[in-house]
Amino acid sequence: MYASIDDIPLTSACHARETLEGRNSLREMGRKGKLNLRGNPGDAAFSAAVQKAFGMELPLRANTYNEFQSRRLFWLGPDEWLLHCDMDDIDALTETLSAELGNVHHAVTDVSDYYTVIRLRGPDAVTLLRKGCPLDLHHTAFPTGNIAQTRLGHASVLLHYHDDGETWDIQVRWSFAEYVWDYLLSGMRAR
Amino acid sequence: MLLIECPWCGQRDQTEFHPHGEAHIARPEDPDALDEAAWGDYVFFRKNPKGLHYERWVHSHGCRRWFNVMRDTVTDHIHASYKPGDPKPELPITADGGDTTGTPKT
Ligand SMILES: [Zn+2]
Repeated sequence: MYASIDDIPLTSACHARETLEGRNSLREMGRKGKLNLRGNPGDAAFSAAVQKAFGMELPLRANTYNEFQSRRLFWLGPDEWLLHCDMDDIDALTETLSAELGNVHHAVTDVSDYYTVIRLRGPDAVTLLRKGCPLDLHHTAFPTGNIAQTRLGHASVLLHYHDDGETWDIQVRWSFAEYVWDYLLSGMRAR
Repeated sequence: MLLIECPWCGQRDQTEFHPHGEAHIARPEDPDALDEAAWGDYVFFRKNPKGLHYERWVHSHGCRRWFNVMRDTVTDHIHASYKPGDPKPELPITADGGDTTGTPKT
């Protein structure tokens, strides 16, 4: 777990944690708790335990999420999910979930340090993402509230389009964070 | 550029995927019983057809799941995508009544 704000991947790579270029901004969202969860959604005991521990149902449709308070539970695959939560809650949530699951076949992994989230915001955000993302990001094909696991340049990312219509959260493996940051920044400077 | 149907995520761009060769190759039930020729056949030899091919793909930039695709290697037309463990789809029938492997109408 990050010991301090200075241990967040980009900040420790001597980057600014936040930058404004013209009408658009980039910001690394620090210290977010992330739990990877594997299990069989067809097993009623598994679904019930998750519901009880997280306060929400498992999202079962591809590329959707559910939320409860400050927590978001993302679909990653037919037997895999990712929880975003407050960093301070992660230990308690892990314990509660493990207790609820007991002997039910499952795996829970704290991946808080494995990924970081970069927030791209501004009227040119979609244009900047289109530079390296093969998805159709037009708002008619990819409305607000949508998420998708896809590619941005050479990096695998989890995109989340927020309801305000100009904010995108880009979750990326920390080893790709600097690449994605620079990739977006070079586009922002060219605008 | 191909659009490939991931059985979970739906249609996505080819660049989100990686191909991994022929599908439906079963591991030998009794490996000790195989001679070297049979091992060589299992490990190295593939059909490589001109026409219809059953192959494995992985949605590497998406859900990271493996699945099978029925693709025509001549036209790159993808006839079907299906989950691992699902049976091979039927061969599509061409206009002249033969199938796309080039087998003529009987
Ligand atoms: Zn997929």
